[in-house]
Amino acid sequence: MSVLVNKNSKVIVQGFTGTEGSFHAQQMIEYGTNVVGGVTPGKGGQKHLDKPIFNSVEEAVQTTGADVSIIFVPPAFAADAIMEAADAGIKVIVAITEGIPVKDMMTAKNYIKNKKVTLIGPNCPGVITPGEAKVGIMPGFVFKKGRVGVVSKSGTLTYEAADQIVKAGLGISTAIGIGGDPIIGTPTKEAVELLMNDPETDAIVMIGEIGGNYEALASEYIKSTGNKKPVVGFIAGQTAPPGRRMGHAGAIIGGADDTAAAKMKIMEACGIHVVQSPADIGETLAKVLKK
Amino acid sequence: MNIHEYQAKGILKSYGVTIQEGIVADTPERALEAARTLNADTGTSWYVVKAQIHAGGRGKGKVRETDSNGVVLAKSLNEVAPKAEKILGGTLVTHQTGPEGKKVNKVLIAQDVYYPGESEPKEYYMSILLDRAKASNVIMASTEGGMDIEEVAAHTPEKIIKEWIDPSVGLQPFQARKVAFKLGLEGNALKEMVKFIHSLYNAFIGSDSTMFEINPVLKTSDNKILAVDAKVNLDDNALFRHKDLAELRDISEEDPLEVEAGVAGLNYVKLDGNVGCMVNGAGLAMATMDIIKLSGGEPANFLDVGGGANAKTVEAGFRIILKDPNVKAILINIFGGIVRCDRVATGVVEAYKNIGEIKVPIIVRLQGTNAEEGAKIIAESGLKVFPAIVLKDAATKVKEVLA
Repeated sequence: MSVLVNKNSKVIVQGFTGTEGSFHAQQMIEYGTNVVGGVTPGKGGQKHLDKPIFNSVEEAVQTTGADVSIIFVPPAFAADAIMEAADAGIKVIVAITEGIPVKDMMTAKNYIKNKKVTLIGPNCPGVITPGEAKVGIMPGFVFKKGRVGVVSKSGTLTYEAADQIVKAGLGISTAIGIGGDPIIGTPTKEAVELLMNDPETDAIVMIGEIGGNYEALASEYIKSTGNKKPVVGFIAGQTAPPGRRMGHAGAIIGGADDTAAAKMKIMEACGIHVVQSPADIGETLAKVLKK
Repeated sequence: MNIHEYQAKGILKSYGVTIQEGIVADTPERALEAARTLNADTGTSWYVVKAQIHAGGRGKGKVRETDSNGVVLAKSLNEVAPKAEKILGGTLVTHQTGPEGKKVNKVLIAQDVYYPGESEPKEYYMSILLDRAKASNVIMASTEGGMDIEEVAAHTPEKIIKEWIDPSVGLQPFQARKVAFKLGLEGNALKEMVKFIHSLYNAFIGSDSTMFEINPVLKTSDNKILAVDAKVNLDDNALFRHKDLAELRDISEEDPLEVEAGVAGLNYVKLDGNVGCMVNGAGLAMATMDIIKLSGGEPANFLDVGGGANAKTVEAGFRIILKDPNVKAILINIFGGIVRCDRVATGVVEAYKNIGEIKVPIIVRLQGTNAEEGAKIIAESGLKVFPAIVLKDAATKVKEVLA
């Protein structure tokens, strides 16, 4: 089963012919993802990477039956691209673009609210179901197939976690990079919920960072399920000073509740196995699963 | 991006928000000139001299050199220049600047708005900011003007009024009325407040801001509503469509190393510790800082070299980290995905050669794409670099070099 994307996903690439879009589309195709085409307004009818280009998402969906879209459109136009994909009936939108204005994302999130679509990102590494589909920019070889789901705000930290999981003799069912922006399509709780309900996922690794209350909400949800699957958690930014933006626009400590220490405390109280050091994710998971 | 009070008030005024009028000055002479102009324009005969720095708490804060407060009242034209002189060029220390304080390059000469009249002047609090969880903006207001909103939230949370704005329709008149009534206003002051809230919201949306904090909002003795202070945070990601606002950036308020890093395309935040780090990816960078702390060190910086780490960015990163005299060791932590570890390794070796002797120990942890090739390049270079492959090793090495 897995979640969000699998071998049956038909993927289109928005911003197909740009530098980023081209490079990562090629990587996804090499990984085995079923990329059925791309969208670059004005270049419809041409071919790129041996796949058809369309002028609009609607046209791409009608012609190819695409149900997943990955967005590499530049920040000024990315919110529009998200809304276009949702309007065309795409079921899963993965927005990689970093640097979208908050106001634009507010509009886009509000627009897709009542549509049957799941938005992952923006400013995220994407989603990977190892061995089936990579809809993102992560190095595919790090992710070996298995039964551990990963939810993370960060790109390279997701790779780090995956690497440790694999080195601990385990593997990944689906890894979801939810993104580091203040407004994202699928917050931590919603992503964890997908994995909690996935029969092919036995355990979950949840990686957060300072800022916001997403991890707290996810923790309360996990507790409400009766901790039916073990969750290992880590929060990056224990040493971050308040009020400073640490790379991700969402990573600013605001009040007392969104520090790493406060989040970790809430997570622990909700029965999550919290690791203090990011080097201990894999080992802790292995220990927890042996119990 | 943060901006100064006088710039923030400029934005507010351009959207019709009523403000405490003022003129910015950078010398005592110009301060006096500003006061004269203000006297002619507004009739004020008292003047508030306000230090312009990117930090709050200026009123209670002290200028280290002169012991003047950061905000002072001049009760005549004669007092303006001497009072401005005690602030300009000084180092203002407030509870937000930290003990090192901030240099004051400009003062705002503002009109006195607390004049006596038919009613008592009263201060309120108002802010507009993003509520991430609801993906919408929220107006927060309180009758407890002039106080830290964190204090109010901690002790009397019931005194904070919140009104969420539906992004599809924007602020509606009933919402502005609701806030004004809840603040206990009536008559002309109520009408003025409703207008004030609308203009404020328009300014917030129009300038692509992520936070407005007007503390205090003042009801004057003749029932006008004014923004007496203004803290504005602009969305960095939206500055591309606000060239005029982008120009408000004051780099003298920023750490020079952070400015230099920005030019090199690096995301750098200076911290107070003794172990520098260079990492690809913001989350991993924060995690690396945590590893440093858990290994007995303190992170000297946050540095994300981003997805395009190469010889050039690595060298720029080294040079910036090494300018910090507190740095006793450097941890490079790269998880190669799109970034290839062999390229980063080559970058480290080249940077070493170009910079000359680097006296602090360097721990290089390369993992992911071409990690082994990268490790080989480092090993064969003959440099005094401690290699590590897994994160745990890197942590142990940090401990060793600090011991």
